[in-house]
Amino acid sequence: MTYTADEMMTVAAARTLADGAVCFVGIGIPSTAANLARRTHAPGLVLIYESGCIGSKPSTLPLSIGDGELASTADAVVSVPEIFNYWLQPGRVDVGFLGAAQLDRRGNINTTVIGPYSAPKVRLPGAGGAPEIASCCRSVIVVVRQSLKTFVDGLDFVTSAAAPRMVITDLGVLEPDDTGELVLTSLHPGVSADDARAATGWPLAVSPSLSVTSPPSAAELAVLRSLR
Amino acid sequence: MAVITSLAEAVAEVVRDGDTVAFEGFTHLIPFAAGHEVIRQRRRELTLVRMTPDVLYDQLIGAGCARRLVFSWGGNPGVGSLHRFRAAVQDGTLEIEEYSHAAMANRYVAAASGLPFAVLRGAPGTDLPSVTPSIRPITCPFTGEVLTAVPALRLDSAVVHAQRADRAGNVQLWGITGVQKEAVLAAARSLVTVEEVVEELMPMPGAVVLPSWVVDRVAHVPGGAHPSYADGYSVRDNDFYQRWDAISRDRSAFEGWLRDLHR
Repeated sequence: MTYTADEMMTVAAARTLADGAVCFVGIGIPSTAANLARRTHAPGLVLIYESGCIGSKPSTLPLSIGDGELASTADAVVSVPEIFNYWLQPGRVDVGFLGAAQLDRRGNINTTVIGPYSAPKVRLPGAGGAPEIASCCRSVIVVVRQSLKTFVDGLDFVTSAAAPRMVITDLGVLEPDDTGELVLTSLHPGVSADDARAATGWPLAVSPSLSVTSPPSAAELAVLRSLR
Repeated sequence: MAVITSLAEAVAEVVRDGDTVAFEGFTHLIPFAAGHEVIRQRRRELTLVRMTPDVLYDQLIGAGCARRLVFSWGGNPGVGSLHRFRAAVQDGTLEIEEYSHAAMANRYVAAASGLPFAVLRGAPGTDLPSVTPSIRPITCPFTGEVLTAVPALRLDSAVVHAQRADRAGNVQLWGITGVQKEAVLAAARSLVTVEEVVEELMPMPGAVVLPSWVVDRVAHVPGGAHPSYADGYSVRDNDFYQRWDAISRDRSAFEGWLRDLHR
């Protein structure tokens, strides 16, 4: 069965979420992957959205983090101060699942500006919930397309010091080594280490035990496509 | 006690030139119609406050109502950037003051609580304190832990949309209720637009009630959250959010949208 690089990325990201885990979900690809996980190997995955929805079980993918579907299928809907203060801040959440506009070799994330802060070349949306999602969840997984634009050697602004335990891209998987530097540990089928190096703005270290990601199964693809 | 009045009168009374004003709503219940009335009445020099400035703030900024923006995430949810906001920041015509969501939410809580500041764990490693000097470290007097303090976010005016009010001006909202209660309680003046004015507020699961005596003006504006939505009354017009990208990107398309609004 044929599949796209984005589908491979989404499936690989979904597989990182264990059944029964509590996951604070960013919108976009992280939300798609989290919902795929819940519909496949992790039916007990608890999805938390920063709009205040706890335990959402959407049947279609939300466009925003506050779509009605997230609230009407939730176990509880709480206020925004409450979601950050009572649920995120004390460390009740297992996994923060984030996207990024830019990422450096230590997994710091920039979603604020490209260029100088006071005279930005490109103004991005800003922090949102990410700084505290990054600092308060027990672990962080970042899902982001890998390119020279996103994987940069030095950020103009550190929005969130994410220190992810894993970064899932459309090319492969990166994990930190003992020093905290991201190392390529898996390649998706058909991607070479040189492809990954060419899409990385720093000299990318490659794990000696580099593996190949299992391709999406027919079942994973069927569920993923049914969510759209 | 809240006075039930027309939207035009309510906006004229509650939102004044130079105000620090929040039109709150976390994706749900965004007071679009009230914001559009502010544009029609040509308010100027506003400090716009909101956790998630989205399409409505893009419109207010593009229309020239704002001098300053206090916020934590400025984008078109699920679609991309706000191009009027982005252009105004990039060409230096809009001052900004930005926080994380957790910090903004706690700034509202502090103001609603009558406190000068809020305390939170914060996020080590973020560059935000280097550009927003009011994010400061504070030492816990009991444990010695270093935490983060942010100042209370006091507002001149707050504008929110809700499902219902009764004839006495008591307001009820439910579904995703965001920080609307905190925004209203943080403000010197407040305006609530509602889908419906009813004889009696029937209890709803998870509802927030704002008693009449903390609200200044209520205006009956069915559909007043569109293209956002009101749980139980409408669904989010995701197509509009997607269409806004092209309008916002092109200054002349935006000017056309603005002319239609003033008609």
